Amino acid sequence: MEKELKKTPLYEACLKAGGKMVDFHGWLLPVQYESIIAEHKAVREDAGMFDVSHMGQVFFEGKDAYKFLQNVATNNYKLEPGRGAYAHILNENGGIIDDVISFCLNEEKFLVVVNSATREKDFEWFKNKSAGFDVKVTDASDSYAMLALQGPKALDYLEVLDADIKLLKRFWIKEIDLFGAKAYVTRTGYTGEDGVEIMGPAEQINKLFAWALEHGFKPCGLGARDVLRLEAGYLLSGSDMDESKNPYEASCGWVVKLDKEEPFTAKEIMARVKAEGVKNKLIGFKLLGAGVAREGCGIYKDGVKIGALTSATYSPLFKAIGCGYVPAEINDGDKVGIEIRGRMVPAQAVKMPFYKNKV
Amino acid sequence: MYEQEKCKFAKTHEWAFIEGETAVVGISDHAQHEISDIVFVELPQKGAQVKAGERCCVIESVKSASDIFSPVSGEIVEVNEAVTADPALVNREPHAGGWLFKVKMSDVKEADALLSFEAYKASL
Repeated sequence: MEKELKKTPLYEACLKAGGKMVDFHGWLLPVQYESIIAEHKAVREDAGMFDVSHMGQVFFEGKDAYKFLQNVATNNYKLEPGRGAYAHILNENGGIIDDVISFCLNEEKFLVVVNSATREKDFEWFKNKSAGFDVKVTDASDSYAMLALQGPKALDYLEVLDADIKLLKRFWIKEIDLFGAKAYVTRTGYTGEDGVEIMGPAEQINKLFAWALEHGFKPCGLGARDVLRLEAGYLLSGSDMDESKNPYEASCGWVVKLDKEEPFTAKEIMARVKAEGVKNKLIGFKLLGAGVAREGCGIYKDGVKIGALTSATYSPLFKAIGCGYVPAEINDGDKVGIEIRGRMVPAQAVKMPFYKNKV
Repeated sequence: MYEQEKCKFAKTHEWAFIEGETAVVGISDHAQHEISDIVFVELPQKGAQVKAGERCCVIESVKSASDIFSPVSGEIVEVNEAVTADPALVNREPHAGGWLFKVKMSDVKEADALLSFEAYKASL
């Protein structure tokens, strides 16, 4: 029997705004509205918004909340209310279960935003690992809708709703009153532009979506989001990294803080991997010839297959780009071939990100 | 202009405009709208032999690659280089400047099996 697709609280609003809905890991989400290129342009030059209600919200409460997160995540969190940080969650072998952002709400309460495809797995992992810690783990994902408001003008537009929005620091969180209910605002995003993500009850986030449509935000879909995040060098959990890869292979070594006091899952393995170096690593590619490469296309060096693309797309800024795992000796500027439908197209290795703005 | 009313259509959304033994081929307005944002067109080789229903061209949008099937059999006698230089032409003018290739048909009767515009429209 076909599994029924889930609808986010913003489903009707996205549909009414002209969204072409597709199945994304079991969720019905807009892949695009009128045009991916126009949506990409809006986010790079003005402002756009994305329904990201499929993402998960997990709360950690108790005396050991901070200590527990230090034990399950690779980054070295600060016990400072309002501060957030990106980290990887590793399995016992050092494989990446997911990448998450954790926000300190108070000394005994954290909010962790997880990816939709890994939400159940993450929650089970947290539950199992939390034995022996004074921490209550709650998956509150179904109580939150989430809207990402992104672009160089996003905060200018949002100042009408919240005069202090620009005071929120990058990667920090705050609570606001949103159309009469409590909501969380984080200065984060998956586009490479400035902006915020707002999480709150379905009713208020629907009001926010309607308000944003009238106040400069172009509704954007998963298609534009995928181009924007790849240009910005953000990896997609489940495609560009999974439990068969460790953070050093994923070229995210900076997120592993070996010098933090607390032990964390696979810390010893990570120390060894760092010392020995990796055989394969993730790197970006830019096509030099005509065509568009896609996920799964083979990467060749001197006629020998050395890897495959884990993500790839057409980019309005850089034409055809992608990323994939190849032997670690491949460096920025190296020439390779990428196979598209049996045709070898010349390409060049590029250190990610392709696009860098001052965010 | 290859007016849609004067074209024959394949179920796979290509149109053929018949001029004697030659068929001019493109994709329907419905198809260009569904594909949206066309960024690359891989045209067939001039001189290549194609069979009706066979993949002979690929259209890439930002998000995906779509196979284009020849609606008739024969030899590719001309390809539209204008869409190589400006792929979005297929979006803007699917029944005019955005045509893809011309086939010299090996069997002109084959086109009779294609759908009229009315029948194609009804199938959408």
